[in-house]
Amino acid sequence: MKVTVHIERRAVIADPEGAMIARSLADLGYDEVTAVRTGRTLHLEVEGDDVESVEKRVIDMCDRLLANPVIEDYRVEVDQ
Amino acid sequence: MADLCLLGTTPLPHRLRRRGSLASLVGDEVIGVVVFPGSNCELDVQWALQALGAETEIVWHRDTDLSGIDAVVLPGGFAHGDYLRTGAIARFSPVMTSVAEMAAAGRPVVGICNGFQILCEARLLGGALIANRDLSFICRPVEIEVVDSGTVLTAAVEPGTVLTLPLNSYEGQFTDPAEDVRIVARYVADVNGSQGRAAAVANAGGNVVGIMPHPERSSEEILGSADGRVLLEGLVAATERMTV
Repeated sequence: MKVTVHIERRAVIADPEGAMIARSLADLGYDEVTAVRTGRTLHLEVEGDDVESVEKRVIDMCDRLLANPVIEDYRVEVDQ
Repeated sequence: MADLCLLGTTPLPHRLRRRGSLASLVGDEVIGVVVFPGSNCELDVQWALQALGAETEIVWHRDTDLSGIDAVVLPGGFAHGDYLRTGAIARFSPVMTSVAEMAAAGRPVVGICNGFQILCEARLLGGALIANRDLSFICRPVEIEVVDSGTVLTAAVEPGTVLTLPLNSYEGQFTDPAEDVRIVARYVADVNGSQGRAAAVANAGGNVVGIMPHPERSSEEILGSADGRVLLEGLVAATERMTV
């Protein structure tokens, strides 16, 4: 199964890279951009037949390793 | 990310001194300095501690038996290449279970730079370290003010003392959304956006301390500053007290 994990900083955590990109976009004249937040996407190939149990395992991976819950939120998408 | 290093290399065997060999000649206390793949400040830490008369031992990250070791330092570098997040993979190195046990037992556990990042990822310290506010790798001496003398690293320092130590990090911005971390030292100037200008933080017990600038690189005048020495002296003294 293909599993996609989206990881992004919690809203309360500073994102210096996103802020820098927003400034650069403003410099290029894209004044309509009011904020940029950066994140990370991981693509996992996972063996298993049951979506629910695969999702459960990947959530466990996120809590333990893939994301740092102190500063990050994550979202898991399982693509059958 | 901190400092240049040889990613993926393993220390040469002669750098690993096994427990039991070269028994302590000075005191009984032994401070372990943990080496992960990508650590690069372990010999500096070892040098600085030995200059203070401490017995040290380099501990490979796959070692799990820390018997005979009374305190540990996690040195700077880029453990496991800083992949995913700084410290995220090092946190699961086999040695870290023993490090957590030592922390729980009240033994001194100090993380410097990348070691600080590892302690946060391991949840032995609250908060986290993210990229510096200005996205610059900061490599210069900075002033920090010690604000808490109740830790193993700062026990020998009067609160209000300002020390000049070299900072050498990219992910040096401390953030603590829960706002419950004990700040031990603050940057005098806001150099990297750290919350509360935190340069060093501790757990509630004061035995686990993370510090972003490098005491070991400022432990002798020839290095430009000997201000870090008093911190390492505090660690050595705290370790001695543990073994009495």
